[in-house]
Amino acid sequence: MDDQTKNTIQSHVDNNEVCLFMKGTPDAPQCGFSMAVSNMLKILEVNFKGVNVLEDQSIREGIKVFSDWPTIPQLYVKKEFIGGCDIVKEMYENGELKKIFEDKGINYKKD
Amino acid sequence: MPLQINEIENLIKKSIPDAEIEIKDLMGDNNHYEATIKSKLFNNLNKIEQHKLVYKSLEGKMGNELHALAIKTKEQ
Repeated sequence: MDDQTKNTIQSHVDNNEVCLFMKGTPDAPQCGFSMAVSNMLKILEVNFKGVNVLEDQSIREGIKVFSDWPTIPQLYVKKEFIGGCDIVKEMYENGELKKIFEDKGINYKKD
Repeated sequence: MPLQINEIENLIKKSIPDAEIEIKDLMGDNNHYEATIKSKLFNNLNKIEQHKLVYKSLEGKMGNELHALAIKTKEQ
């Protein structure tokens, strides 16, 4: 990964409290796994930035090295890597995801 | 060439010898799998570390030959 790619990824992570690297956009996801995570965030009414890796091949490959994680989507909350689709789904189902938002001071729908 | 269920099992077993593995072919297409893996090696690791252990066992195939493998890890 070149420095420019690394800096681009780092700035997405730094400038967005909840940042989802995904295939497609939150409104038009291009992969079921990306859609799943995007929808969980929407249901929790979390304000998040979706970074479409399909628009930039260097980010698509770079994010795998950056996070040491081979798949997309990848969720970051306050600069911390939370996980991919499987982990986020598990955390959504067992309530840990809400707890992370709570602990990190991210607004979400409490019901 | 997509990976067969037994190939995935063998790869995981190679680096996680005590793994109890259950793999489902979600769509019957040899391409969308879900694996549930139990191992003592997961004890005291967080979820990210547990999944990384599985990804490492797959020797870089994840995201390449192996398009879609949902992973559930369980401690023993």
